[in-house]
Amino acid sequence: MLDQTDSYQTADGRTIGPVVMEMKNITLRFGGVEAIKDISFDIREGEIRAIIGPNGAGKSSMLNVISGFYVPQEGEVWYKGSRRPAMKPFQVARQGIARTFQNIALFEGMTVLDNVMTGRLTHMETGLFAQSLWKGKAEAEEIANREVAEKIIDFLEIQAIRKTPVARLPYGLKKRVELARALAAEPTILLLDEPMAGMNVEEKEDMSRFILDVNDEFGTTIALIEHDMGVVMDLSDRVVVMDYGKKIGDGTPDEVRNNQEVIDAYLGVAHD
Amino acid sequence: MNEQLAFTIEVFLNGLMAGVLYALVALGFVLIYKASGIFNYAQGVMALFAAMTLVGIQNGQVPFAHLINAIFGTDVHKFGWHVHSFAAILLTVIVMIALAWMVQQFVFKHLVGQEPIILFMATIGLAYFLEGVADLMWGSELKALNVCASEGNCLPQGMNVWLEGTTYEALGYGFFIDNLDIVASIVAAVLVAGLVIFAQYTKQGRAMRAVADDHQAALSVGVSLNFIWVLVWSLAGFVALVAGIMWGAKSGVQFSLSLIALKALPVLMLGGFTSIPGAIIGGVFIGGGGKTFEFPVGAPFLGGATENWFAYMLALVFLVFRPQGLFGEKIIERV
Amino acid sequence: MFYREAGDFSTTYAQDNQTFPIKFDRYRYYVVLFIAIFVIPFIINDYWANSFLLPFLIYAIAAIGLNILVGYCGQVSLGTGGFMAVGAYACYKFMTGVDIWWGGELLFRLPQFNIFFSVIMGGVMTALVGVLFGLPSLRIKGFYLAVATLAAQFFLVWLFNRVSWFYNYSASGQINAPERDLAGILITGPQTEPWATYLFCLFFTIVCAVIARNMTRGASGRKWMAIRDMDIAAEIIGVNPLRAKLTAFAVSSFFIGISGALFFSVYLGAVEVGEAFGIQKSFLVLFMIIIGGLGSIFGSFAGAAFLVLLPVVLKIVGVDMLGWPTDIVAHFQLVIVGGLIVMFLILEPHGLAQLWRVAKEKLRLWPFPH
Repeated sequence: MLDQTDSYQTADGRTIGPVVMEMKNITLRFGGVEAIKDISFDIREGEIRAIIGPNGAGKSSMLNVISGFYVPQEGEVWYKGSRRPAMKPFQVARQGIARTFQNIALFEGMTVLDNVMTGRLTHMETGLFAQSLWKGKAEAEEIANREVAEKIIDFLEIQAIRKTPVARLPYGLKKRVELARALAAEPTILLLDEPMAGMNVEEKEDMSRFILDVNDEFGTTIALIEHDMGVVMDLSDRVVVMDYGKKIGDGTPDEVRNNQEVIDAYLGVAHD
Repeated sequence: MNEQLAFTIEVFLNGLMAGVLYALVALGFVLIYKASGIFNYAQGVMALFAAMTLVGIQNGQVPFAHLINAIFGTDVHKFGWHVHSFAAILLTVIVMIALAWMVQQFVFKHLVGQEPIILFMATIGLAYFLEGVADLMWGSELKALNVCASEGNCLPQGMNVWLEGTTYEALGYGFFIDNLDIVASIVAAVLVAGLVIFAQYTKQGRAMRAVADDHQAALSVGVSLNFIWVLVWSLAGFVALVAGIMWGAKSGVQFSLSLIALKALPVLMLGGFTSIPGAIIGGVFIGGGGKTFEFPVGAPFLGGATENWFAYMLALVFLVFRPQGLFGEKIIERV
Repeated sequence: MFYREAGDFSTTYAQDNQTFPIKFDRYRYYVVLFIAIFVIPFIINDYWANSFLLPFLIYAIAAIGLNILVGYCGQVSLGTGGFMAVGAYACYKFMTGVDIWWGGELLFRLPQFNIFFSVIMGGVMTALVGVLFGLPSLRIKGFYLAVATLAAQFFLVWLFNRVSWFYNYSASGQINAPERDLAGILITGPQTEPWATYLFCLFFTIVCAVIARNMTRGASGRKWMAIRDMDIAAEIIGVNPLRAKLTAFAVSSFFIGISGALFFSVYLGAVEVGEAFGIQKSFLVLFMIIIGGLGSIFGSFAGAAFLVLLPVVLKIVGVDMLGWPTDIVAHFQLVIVGGLIVMFLILEPHGLAQLWRVAKEKLRLWPFPH
């Protein structure tokens, strides 16, 4: 049995580290409805963890709990070995958690570059007075952060549209810009909420490649919600399965694929 | 009954009556907001315009007389006839419906789907525009609004005398409430009841509520957005007319009438922007509270004239704790 | 043909971040600045100073301030008039020496600040008040916030009317700017030269515009725009909404306060709070940024110029040329302003600034159609 603090090597040579985030007995209620019922699971450093389940299972709510947007009535969130006290979403972001959203939450009044630069806001510290002068500290910080943003833009191949207002972009590109914004924060954990939704096969292949590259090159831990089973099985190291707010499966893709409860709830009849 | 206490209650009751008048204006806001998500800053100016049109028609004024005289060098002012109040009110209603149609056709049809702040600012522009037009049409000097003045009073008189007499006998203190205020509250009550019945039980009312909820969905079940919006703006125009008559009869018809919109806003903040009963209750609360605050606290300690901002402060404090007002729909934000 | 950016490339991020990346724009800007600083003071006269240049410069500052709050940060405020009043009265108190009382006794009186610092203190005090009245923005949004700012508007006007300390216990309730000079040149009072008042205001306008530009192109601007576009997402990606909104209120109020201080001390000389800083003022500045363009510094200038010029032009056309009585012209002004607001919102919600941008785009290709 793997210990909390153990690391191990995967079949393709990546190193998966100790547990970086753990959800302990999370229960989330909205009025009378229990969206999440006593769920516990962990996420290891450097791994790609998928959260799957039928619609309405509570997956996005779980991501919102991780982001600090929803506060669970019961349970604890443990981050980097210690219990995370109640904090506001922006403080959670500063701890190194970035995310994308199911229904694209880009800032439509700004360009692609500006949106990616907003991802850098947690790293930009110059005070108001220095900013009003611009020359000196503020400009230097802006340029330094611009360089980071441009690296991400290169990485995701969106250089050509960097000055385009995001409102004008097609859906697939918007998703990529959102990913860029999340990456720009240089997060420890990246949460992706249905990154493949609404994409065709080619776009899915591109996005999958980006996700794998992000994990490979930057060592970012990734938790993603996804419906496309092919993607989930191919990309992830471990999977959590949710149904009606409860956890019904937790393990490697193979283990989950053969779990009868998961099959009944979600996958349908398994072949071979 | 103790004199001091009775007097305080009287002040409070008079405040309530004032609140009813504010609520009348607030009603118009709620109607339009419910159906189209537009906060109509021009509601007050619409009341002014309605009242001015009524007076103008009644007194046989020539529309745009001042302007015509300036351009053509003529000296016309009145047609010379006098229109009976009821006919004048009917004609004014027709004018307000025409206005509603024009506003829908030329302004809000083109702003479908815009953000709320843009719509709000459009209504501010509309308010300025309408005020200018009203002034050009009927002149901006103060006018007296006398409903049925030339035919003898058609409003029920003497209710305040009855009230004073009865309370004196029952409680040893005669409560004095202005006759007009009593009439206004009755009118308001009837209007609200009518509107609530309309919204709940008629086909058009249901369609209106559907539009308020979701434009697309309403369209998909065959509701004509344009028709509903013209209907709603007409209703709001009618409410504006009633409010204009009540206020105009009280203090004359002039520019300051349009400022009652500003008085209605805290009413809406309290009652919630989407609730008809909320508008009434909020109005009464603000009116009652305002006068009651002014009397023991405002005048002696703060030098008076606190009515202006007290309502806003009250609503502001209230909103901080309950952002959707008393009866408004809870704002749920999802990501 | 005239307006080209061919060959005009940015090779560093610093160059890319410039306010005027295209050379033509930059040179045009220098020319305008040159004329403003070195030419106009020599040809200015009382009439043009008072009817156009001074109010234009002063309102431009207010418009920039309000644009930061409404256009960049998306927080609707109808309290601009009240905040200008704070700037004006704070300036007055500092000009005449702030008197501190306790229990009916005069404890001490601060020395009289010179006009320059009085104006700045006007801005500072307004910034503080702005932060205070901005606190509800953390819980209240949209219209509710706009209406809440009306509370500020009405309360402040009442305050400056009611509390006589603010107008130094004068019987009339008016405040009058005493004569003040800067390095021997009169800036306030009836004896000033138009070029002096003009340059004084121009200085503040340029500095405010530069500061606003710097703030909006950097981290602060992005934080504000993120809050405006999607405040929940902004918070989740790390923007502290409390700080972002309050800094928007603070910076915005600082500019509006300076504008109010200049409006009182340099332009009008004497004000009565109800008529000078009432809700009509709040709407006026709001209209300036709508017509000029929300979220644009240039738009703030354009809108201010437009709404300052409009009554002047209307008066010249209506009264002098057509011979109409002044009240009809005033009514027409309402009609035109209202109509223009609605028209701009329908046709070009991004205002004159957008029209200007589109015109420049076309100019780039001229004489080719596309």
